[in-house]
Amino acid sequence: MDASTSHPPSPGFGETGETHGPHHHEAGHDHEHHELGFWRKYIFSTDHKVIGIQYGICGMIFLFMGFSLMMIMRWQLAYPGQALPLIGKWLPYIFGANSMPDGKMTPEFYNSLGAMHGTIMIFLGVVPVAFAAFGNFVVPLQIGAPDMTFPKVNAASFWAFAVGGAIMLTSFFVPGGAAKGGWTSYTPLSDIADKGPGFHTVLNGQSLWLIGFIFLITSSLLGAVNFITTIIQLRAKGLTWMRLPFFVWSQFVTAFLLLLAFPPLEAAIIMQLMDRTAATSFFLPAGMIVNGAPLHVSGGGSPLLWQHLFWFLGHPEVYVLILPAFGIVGEILANNSRKPLWGYKSLVFSVLVIGFLSFVVWAHHMWLTGMGSTVSAFFQTTTLLISIPSVIILSAFFISLWGGSIRFNVPMLFVTAFLPMFGIGGLTGIPLAFNSADLYLHDTYYVIAHFHYIVAPGTIFGLFAGVYYWFPKATGRMMSEFWGKVHFWPSLICMNVIFLPMFLQGMLGMHRRWYDGGQGWTLAGEHIWGLSGFQWNTPISWAAWIMGLAQIPFIINFFWSIKHGKKVNDNPWEATTLEWTAPSPPPHGNFVTTPVAYRGPYEYSLPGREKDFTMQNEPVDPSERSRRMAEPALAH
Amino acid sequence: MEIPYTISTRPDTGLWNAKIGIWLFLASEVMLFGGLFSAYVFLRLDAQPGEWPHGLLNVPIGTFNTAILIVSSVTVVLAWAALKMRRYNAYWWYMLATILCGIIFLFVKLYLEWPPKFSHYGVFIKPEAREKYEPYLGNHRREEKGLEPRIEITGHLENHEALTDSNIKEYEIALDPVNADPDNPSHDRPHFIPLPATEKVAKIDKQDVERIDSFGPWHSAYFASYFTITGLHGAHVLAGVLVFLYMWLPVSKKVYQRNPEHLANRVEVSGLFWHFVDLIWIFVFPLFYLL
Ligand code: HEM
Ligand SMILES: [Cu+2]
Repeated sequence: MDASTSHPPSPGFGETGETHGPHHHEAGHDHEHHELGFWRKYIFSTDHKVIGIQYGICGMIFLFMGFSLMMIMRWQLAYPGQALPLIGKWLPYIFGANSMPDGKMTPEFYNSLGAMHGTIMIFLGVVPVAFAAFGNFVVPLQIGAPDMTFPKVNAASFWAFAVGGAIMLTSFFVPGGAAKGGWTSYTPLSDIADKGPGFHTVLNGQSLWLIGFIFLITSSLLGAVNFITTIIQLRAKGLTWMRLPFFVWSQFVTAFLLLLAFPPLEAAIIMQLMDRTAATSFFLPAGMIVNGAPLHVSGGGSPLLWQHLFWFLGHPEVYVLILPAFGIVGEILANNSRKPLWGYKSLVFSVLVIGFLSFVVWAHHMWLTGMGSTVSAFFQTTTLLISIPSVIILSAFFISLWGGSIRFNVPMLFVTAFLPMFGIGGLTGIPLAFNSADLYLHDTYYVIAHFHYIVAPGTIFGLFAGVYYWFPKATGRMMSEFWGKVHFWPSLICMNVIFLPMFLQGMLGMHRRWYDGGQGWTLAGEHIWGLSGFQWNTPISWAAWIMGLAQIPFIINFFWSIKHGKKVNDNPWEATTLEWTAPSPPPHGNFVTTPVAYRGPYEYSLPGREKDFTMQNEPVDPSERSRRMAEPALAH
Repeated sequence: MEIPYTISTRPDTGLWNAKIGIWLFLASEVMLFGGLFSAYVFLRLDAQPGEWPHGLLNVPIGTFNTAILIVSSVTVVLAWAALKMRRYNAYWWYMLATILCGIIFLFVKLYLEWPPKFSHYGVFIKPEAREKYEPYLGNHRREEKGLEPRIEITGHLENHEALTDSNIKEYEIALDPVNADPDNPSHDRPHFIPLPATEKVAKIDKQDVERIDSFGPWHSAYFASYFTITGLHGAHVLAGVLVFLYMWLPVSKKVYQRNPEHLANRVEVSGLFWHFVDLIWIFVFPLFYLL
């Protein structure tokens, strides 16, 4: 792939350029660092670790907000039209008089909540935590770099995200409330929503959604450029491509997805914004009738164009949501089964193949638009192809467990739950890939269940695992094991009580985005396990609220442990990758001595060693070398 | 702490950081404009016969702007080469030339190209009334010749009040030559230079009018794409000019004095961006002005 692959990990390499942490400049720069005040150090920092933590905290707050919106919606789904007790009468003070008059939810408010739940969860929650927070904090440490290649750009990325998030939140408080067109913002509906008399051209939910998005896309773009350059340029001596931890690979591919898939959506967003503010009609056909009156626009636009551009991002985006979680799972799995990750090379190539293929499957979200059978056949084929590498990854993970002496600590519990949960999510996606089956399942709760199995007990569990795993690196302290388990078990159970019945509801025909939760569907009379599709809403909602409570131990554990957690050494999990050679928490510039890598990322339980883990920076001694010659599988 | 390879190259990749960074950024820019250009293609293929206007832009002005951008792409390379040869004075002049080219481009766009569009009107005639306006549309002859029908009458709107006053029953349009003399074969192909409106005024009954719009983004999918894409491109030109300005001002001389290679690298990176902006225009020009 690159000259470095064949480069021997011997000193001499890189001697001509600057080396990491050069000593000749040390004095001059030291005094610069000491001058940093509180604001530069913790708020407007350019240190990748601080930025990572900023992203992480903001992202987790957004995740909780997005989840709270859903907890409110779940009331309306379980008990349609009834007043929400306790908090119901307070919500109008926050969201405006038209949100929940007398504690009863209006349809418009339901739509806003749904659209913003999706938007916040994906773009303000998971992407910032999975990609930006973990990527920023962990990647430079894992590759032995002092920081990102462009620290200022990195800070700019965070602030663009913060502005975008603020704009999205503000949109709840403008007349008409936040965007209502779903996270997909399909045209022509969202083109004409909240427009006209009584609405400001710019300060309305949908327009602010679009403007907020431009900031979020800018943020991802700056982040992606930085990540890729950092991984290419700042790998430690001897850290060749095939010695990179799997997590770094997953972030590398994720960065490419963000880099190349977001801009077409940005193009579409600019066009929708033009439609809404400059009276163009990119997405509006001629002759539309709105509220009984013809719409005065030039026409000549195409609603389908939006769908194509949206899903050109939308599909790669789902891999943006899952690949970082794969990376985290891989690290923790190898660490806690005390075995090398099984099939490292297959994993890397699978991730790369997923990266390429994810750009040619987007129209599988559009079977219902009547694209014609040729186009459908093409996208159906590519969609089935892309499932192959995903299956390889999941299988390799399962095989990695085989014969390991597994330690079930909290990160590992989340990871072991991730595997079957992701499996359910992935396998239930296959019927959606066949356009004939999807014609029936499209836009039902079956789809909601399918993708939530991937993003909620899948990605979110991966993220929790990562938080518990790297917390000691960021703080030098452990999170409580006991409260971690109190967090894990109820979350796992609730997740399944929430999402498993949704498959059945969907197959009974319950449509997503229904304000009354399919109340009318009770009349259809079909029952599953004694309950009609609609009646299942009640247990689901209760499980969602209990799951909300189950996050309290996590929140307390997290903040409490920062100050009071058990103090641990620099490598409490006895892991092998380079981040564990840095002090905890790592200082500005990260490493005390610049690390050099001599071996692959997962050398657990090497034969003939007293420790069951061998860190990447431990030199290969001659006896090991000769042993390795005999065992080519381990070499490289 | 210092970030490695900001100025010198990493031996195994042979690159310094910002060079990778800018190429990645440009890849994303390709996707951004790629998205917009695909939208253009999509909408154009979808357009009904006669809906996609032709010949409404000023080709000589567009050609002039194309030339200006190409020249600036050359001067920015010369500026970079001058830095590499450590000739700061030459650099200063070439950079100034580049900046001026950028400013001229923007001036032409914002003062000469865009404003006249907003005072020129197109009146779209309802299908059932087109026969009545045959003397301005000339569709009989066009049908015989197998040409796309004309669905709008364009020109200068003489009674602006008609747009808002519902008591006025007619629009008075000083016709463009195409509609003044629709059967003249010289109008079969778009004109290289748009001719000014004629003295001939047509009265068009409001009842026959589907809609009337100036040549702004609201006129048609064509002008919507035109303003969006050229606007975004213009924003890129502006960004480039600002970056170059920064590198031309005395602050950057300090960078040069500390390490000339550092400034050379910066100019190289922003020059790559500038070439990209130029390249986008090379697509914009034929798509909107010529085809
Ligand atoms: C675990 C807690 C969660 C629960 C209980 C939950 C529940 C739901 C429900 C019931 C809907 C359907 C609403 C409707 O159609 O009316 C929905 C929609 C959605 N959820 Fe979640 N969700 C959760 C977490 C997440 C996460 C972690 C993500 C993303 C990373 C996410 C992304 C979405 C998206 C994109 C939609 C579609 C919104 C739309 O219709 O435009 N959810 N969620
Ligand atoms: Cu997809």
